[in-house]
Amino acid sequence: MLEVKDLQAAVAKKPILKGLSLSVKAGEVHAIMGPNGSGKSTLAQVLAGHPSYEVTGGTVTYEGKDLLAMSPEDRAKDGIFLAFQYPVEIPGVSNSYFLRAGYNEIRRHRGEPEVDVMDFNKLLKEKSKVLHIDESLLNRPVNEGFSGGEKKRNEIFQLAVLEPKLAILDETDSGLDIDALRAVSDGVNRLRSKDRAFIVVTHYQRLLNYIVPDFVHVLSAGRIVKSGGKELALELEKRGYDWVKAPEAAEAR
Amino acid sequence: MDTVEQLATREYKWGFVTNIEEDAFKRGLSEETVRAISAKKNEPAWLTEWRLTAYRNWLKMVEPRWPNVTYPPINYQDIIYYSAPVQAKKKTMDEVDPELLKTYEKLGIPLEEQKRLSNVAVDAVFDSVSVATTCKDFLEKLGIVFCSFSEAVQKHPELVRKYLGSVVPPNDNFFAALNSAVFSDGSFCFIPKGVKCPMELSTYFRINAADTGQFERTLIVAEDGATVSYLEGCTAPKRSTNQLHAAVVELVALENANIKYSTVQNWYPGDKEGKGGIFNFVTKRGKCAGANSRISWTQVETGSAITWKYPSVILLGDNSVGEFYSVAVVNNFQQADTGTKMIHIGKRTRSTIVSKGISAGRGNNTYRGQVKVLKKAQGARNYTQCDSLLIGDRCAANTFPYIEVQNPDAKVEHEASTSKISEEQIFYCKQRGVSTENAINMIVNGFCKEVFRELPMEFAVEAQKLLGISLDGSVG
Repeated sequence: MLEVKDLQAAVAKKPILKGLSLSVKAGEVHAIMGPNGSGKSTLAQVLAGHPSYEVTGGTVTYEGKDLLAMSPEDRAKDGIFLAFQYPVEIPGVSNSYFLRAGYNEIRRHRGEPEVDVMDFNKLLKEKSKVLHIDESLLNRPVNEGFSGGEKKRNEIFQLAVLEPKLAILDETDSGLDIDALRAVSDGVNRLRSKDRAFIVVTHYQRLLNYIVPDFVHVLSAGRIVKSGGKELALELEKRGYDWVKAPEAAEAR
Repeated sequence: MDTVEQLATREYKWGFVTNIEEDAFKRGLSEETVRAISAKKNEPAWLTEWRLTAYRNWLKMVEPRWPNVTYPPINYQDIIYYSAPVQAKKKTMDEVDPELLKTYEKLGIPLEEQKRLSNVAVDAVFDSVSVATTCKDFLEKLGIVFCSFSEAVQKHPELVRKYLGSVVPPNDNFFAALNSAVFSDGSFCFIPKGVKCPMELSTYFRINAADTGQFERTLIVAEDGATVSYLEGCTAPKRSTNQLHAAVVELVALENANIKYSTVQNWYPGDKEGKGGIFNFVTKRGKCAGANSRISWTQVETGSAITWKYPSVILLGDNSVGEFYSVAVVNNFQQADTGTKMIHIGKRTRSTIVSKGISAGRGNNTYRGQVKVLKKAQGARNYTQCDSLLIGDRCAANTFPYIEVQNPDAKVEHEASTSKISEEQIFYCKQRGVSTENAINMIVNGFCKEVFRELPMEFAVEAQKLLGISLDGSVG
């Protein structure tokens, strides 16, 4: 589904990713771990097409297409979803209106008819029940005045509604208390399927107790320095990141 | 921030010219011109005199320099003060020049009554005259007068004489004085005691002829307990020269009366280099003359090269209510200095001001508002909310609130905010599959929600679309 080869990317001319390779198949859950500044969030943003991140080398192939040549909205329409680390507020625009706009864009792209307000609201209600989302959230302006936990839950709710093929969760666990963490993880687990892949970016192992990954990759200084199964996350929890760090990251200290 | 900075061409789709023979005066303004306009309209002597007094006052006045806008000096002798399609007004729709009907159809204003917008009566003003008014007979049965100003002068001179200039005196300001001298047409509405007007009344203003000024006058009177909702819309052809539009609107609400006045102003704004466009210098004021009356202004201003207007309410009657809801958009080189005045005179008078300014391109947007509470206005209240939204970083937003309170019991609140559409907001929308253009549209519409909510249904939809078109290309 996704083939990342020797990816290099910079922010404001500063190189962050320095030759990252990763292969994700449908149905798999990959966890990307690593210390602060290792490039985890950069990877998430680059895959989603954020304009502030400049790709300076390497290739990304998504379902046989050159992902890097696609606009962010086309990537979204083709099934890539990013759950933001810092979800953005859009005052005055209701959550349901916002979601319907995206939902219908995706449907149009697939050549399916648009869904009207009535049917869409029905769909939202169903999804909100499954995910235990308070219905009042649907009519509130997008993320405005939401608590940190509500914002993250809202991201997962959007994920559930838009049903992407590849979902990227960017530090969805940061700032969540244990109950919220459990709720968000439950939501994600319900969405796991053989057709859908997840890339879960996280700093801490604790999220992976709830969302159990198939693969764990450790990022250091912009490259994957170690890959393994879910046990790797436990080992990292015990031993910290120092033992796996890339030599240039160690030198920098 | 490349994408937000890039400006693309923006199309003004109402910019066509109607090819029609017009009866026009020579350029220039003198007592002669004023008399000639009055004679054209077959006006009574008192009105001719009224115009002449206004003209003589105007000669002594100077153009206001305080608005936060810049433009080259206007040569008042280079303007054509009267231009009307030959054989303009006909008794029935069938007799109206098909060329004119076509024009309004192209503008989306079907004049033929059978095709009329559901529940909206239209007065169509083309350059200096009203060319058609729909649903008149139906309204007449209810005692409602809805006709062109010229017709009102002929058929209801006593009403016109009683109320003309009673809210905006002819010497109120430079442009109001000019209008009082040379106004050519406009709409007149009179809702008698206790009548609730069952349909929206509207006027559609169209400037067609080149180098012509449009000086229309609208007068709306709602007697005791009467209710009316009035809409106005405006467009003009694309021309490389500026054209002056100096209108006066007066509203009078007697006891328990309710007037809602909505505007969607979409005069030609000039091209993307700032060439051409309408100078929209307008005086709009309402008087809540009776107790418990209410006047509400809602405006969506997307057009004009320069907008200068402050729809205001004089809250004279006890417990009267004044409201002002505004969305003003400037893009490219447009300038707007707009806001309102709420003058609290009666006891327990209340006013609400919600102003949303949107600046894009190199636009300059100014909110200027005055809240004045006089000594006797015991228990007066005002709430003002003034928000600015910036798109890109070459535009400007300014806020000038003037608050003057003479009654210690009054409560005046003012809230203001300035925000910018961020790259992060746009990226967030795009990541959900929404294009940049639609994202901007969505964000802007969300920003304006509180104002759009005040517009009549059909108009709200129009306004949202219009906003989208106005900001088209403001982001690359």
